[in-house]
Amino acid sequence: MDHSSIENIGKHLHNFPGGLKLKHYKALSCSKPLPAQQLPLSQEYIIPVSQHLGRPAEIIVSPGQQVKKGQPLSVPGNASSTPGAYVHAPTSGEIVAIEQRPVPHPSGLNSTCIILRADGKDDWIELEPVTDYRQLSRQQLIQRVQMAGIVGLGGAVFPTDIKLQGGAGSIDTLILNGAECEPYISCDETLMKQDPEKIIQGALILSQVLNIKRVLVAIEDPMDACYQKLQTSIKTLGAADCIKVVRVPMLYPEGGERQLIQVLSGTEVPAGKLPVSMGILVLNVATAAAIKDAIIDGKPLIERLVTVTGAGICEPQNVVARIGTPIADLISFCGGYTPGIASLVMGGPLMGIGLQSDSLPIIKASNCILALTHADISSPQVEMPCINCGDCVGVCPAGLLPQTLQMVIRAENFEALEELNLDACIECGCCDYICPSHIPLVDYFRYGKSEQRVRTVERKQSDLAKLRFDRREKRLAKQQTERRARHLKRKQALAGSSDKKDSVAAAIARAKARKQALTTTPRDSDSNTDSGEQS
Amino acid sequence: MEFSRSGAPHLPPENTVSKVMLQVILALIPGILAMVWFFGVGVLIQIALSILFAVLLEWAMLKLRGKPIRPFLSDYSAVVTAILFALCIPPLAPWWISLVGMIAAIVVAKHLYGGLGQNIFNPAMVAYVVVLIAFPLELTRWLAPRGLIDVELLPGLLQSLQTIISGLPANLSWDAITQATPLDLLKDGVEQNQMISEIRQAPVFGNYGGRGWEWIANFFALGGIWLIWRRVISWHIPVAIIASVIMITLPAWLYDPSSNPIPLQHIFSGALVLCAFFIATDPVTGCASRRGKIIFGLGVAILTLTIRLWGGYPDGVAFAVLLMNMFAPLIDRYTRPRAYGKPR
Repeated sequence: MDHSSIENIGKHLHNFPGGLKLKHYKALSCSKPLPAQQLPLSQEYIIPVSQHLGRPAEIIVSPGQQVKKGQPLSVPGNASSTPGAYVHAPTSGEIVAIEQRPVPHPSGLNSTCIILRADGKDDWIELEPVTDYRQLSRQQLIQRVQMAGIVGLGGAVFPTDIKLQGGAGSIDTLILNGAECEPYISCDETLMKQDPEKIIQGALILSQVLNIKRVLVAIEDPMDACYQKLQTSIKTLGAADCIKVVRVPMLYPEGGERQLIQVLSGTEVPAGKLPVSMGILVLNVATAAAIKDAIIDGKPLIERLVTVTGAGICEPQNVVARIGTPIADLISFCGGYTPGIASLVMGGPLMGIGLQSDSLPIIKASNCILALTHADISSPQVEMPCINCGDCVGVCPAGLLPQTLQMVIRAENFEALEELNLDACIECGCCDYICPSHIPLVDYFRYGKSEQRVRTVERKQSDLAKLRFDRREKRLAKQQTERRARHLKRKQALAGSSDKKDSVAAAIARAKARKQALTTTPRDSDSNTDSGEQS
Repeated sequence: MEFSRSGAPHLPPENTVSKVMLQVILALIPGILAMVWFFGVGVLIQIALSILFAVLLEWAMLKLRGKPIRPFLSDYSAVVTAILFALCIPPLAPWWISLVGMIAAIVVAKHLYGGLGQNIFNPAMVAYVVVLIAFPLELTRWLAPRGLIDVELLPGLLQSLQTIISGLPANLSWDAITQATPLDLLKDGVEQNQMISEIRQAPVFGNYGGRGWEWIANFFALGGIWLIWRRVISWHIPVAIIASVIMITLPAWLYDPSSNPIPLQHIFSGALVLCAFFIATDPVTGCASRRGKIIFGLGVAILTLTIRLWGGYPDGVAFAVLLMNMFAPLIDRYTRPRAYGKPR
């Protein structure tokens, strides 16, 4: 019997190729419950307007303006060809500046940020809670999700309302991804333990929005406590017939959307397509919880759970942090750095991005702040030549040949990348980690992908130019043949007119008339009149 | 607080090239000790000589090519090449055999092709083939294994050193201490239409392979299995080679055991086990994908048997490996795994 189909999703587990069994350091940060004490207000919040995938939002506030907690600072704007998302004030206070600041981004470049000085009152705008969301229409619900500025909190930060809008009608399964597979990160696990009801309520709202009967919450095998808590919540909310918790084996990068779908259904998302094409929508568990807050409490997304961890932190723990909080404030809340501190990372150790400073803010994508010591990162490794050992091939969950890809990219043979399916690379970093030569493979792949994109654009442009040229040529040729055809037709018409005598007589008459009219006609005017008659 | 930005992964690396090579060296030790037991300390002298030449030549070539010395000398790849070569030549071969071999391996096969990771041919096998063709006489002087000659005739440390450096001492003769290898005898015997059972009467044969050789092969296999367990090498190539040899020779032996040797004989004589675990598994010159490795192993097995049966040399593993090295890129090209989401 073939278990690998969407109908049987979640009933039998499947494998994905490759992957890494990594030592986990989750207990470092999630053995303790959330701190009773809240993170104190920061003096200043740095709120980037581009925290999501897509266009930066349009700023609707100006320096000097007083704002309240939860007030929109920027909106997606109208041109909706590219996605955008709302950004809100994390507390009440004054907008002191709108300027370029460094933000957590792989490029390390600056980006437009709204600087908000807190007034300490923490005054909410008027919230619009909903007593019974079942009364709301699908569009109303999606609009509330949009107004709350909700984006995918697993790290991809794609605007959730657009995902819901696109998926409505064609989705039959919602997967809530709680399979946090990066070592160290435990914010989703903490959320599932502390606030399982929020997630399940979010799931129920989502099942109404998508009009579906099947929601799977995927968690990692060892998350026993989460499993119990989620099950209890499902029971109390009476959602047992629609929501199921599935435990998947712990293997990096299990939490990758495409890998999770493969594990649950045994089928792969076709290349170049989105899971929606298979009737599956994947959202992070934290996103579901944020949707509950947005719909039921009317609260926009202004805070998130952040794992602050690593050997470089004195008291590793999970903290609810407002978006825009300088990372340094979080660090001091967690007891500060240990003496061996060497580097700061946003995200997990495999896909996280190195940060240049702790003055950078927490953004919607910040699931983890990882402080590493010298012992964790060891001395910078010398890059050795590839010895073709094939370890990277063995761990690649996308079925690629990383060693061949890096060779091809080094040789700048970008045409070959398509054939080698570089586009299937999810940049999980398995190959990078396993490589005995310490070749920064993912960096090569990002470079290769950007070159591929540039080439595609260039090719499109040149194709377009060629198309235009070809069309022009065709048009000209067509005009020419048409002109000739007209010419010929007229000639034939003239030659073929049977009444020759009539035409001769008419011509004579015309000539006579002309002579009478213009006695001093120059010779060339004859031809003029001739052609005038012809046309 | 400011930090220097580092790229992912932010974890200490699990592996390094030198760690890989060191584990290979470690895994060779049981087999080397077995060889020393059966053939005397000459084995160790050859290993030391080859390593010395290899490291000197590696250093000189890195210098000439303007490459950093330290990281490349400490990757131990030259040492592995030297040991594998030294295990293939007779224990009392003259010192210049090692020198010529290492020039062929390190200078020609490795650095002239672009150094570590760039060579097309397995350097140790290039070296072996060069000396095999250039100095056939020296390469046939295999000592008789312990148990076949008087223990007092087995050359000691000083005698071995003397022989390797300045030739055989006057009180010894090559005839007294050397003997045709089992594969030599087998080849000659079959060519003279002798029955296998007749050929195997010779004392140089052991229980299933060559006397001594079969034990050496066992110990190399032990090291090889440890490498598989440590995930330094994958099982695909060794299993493909050994299984292919058995599957190809089994029908012939079943059909006519009097003129075809038992499959185990093929495996436990010559350098087949050493090749299966340590030589054909050289990643640089082999295949990277799993299916590719199996095809590579199958090719090595077929070519080895072809050369053993019909070729001019008693053992064919070196030629087989070099020939398959040429095919490796093509095999990799056609055994590409299917990428995620692409049509089957």
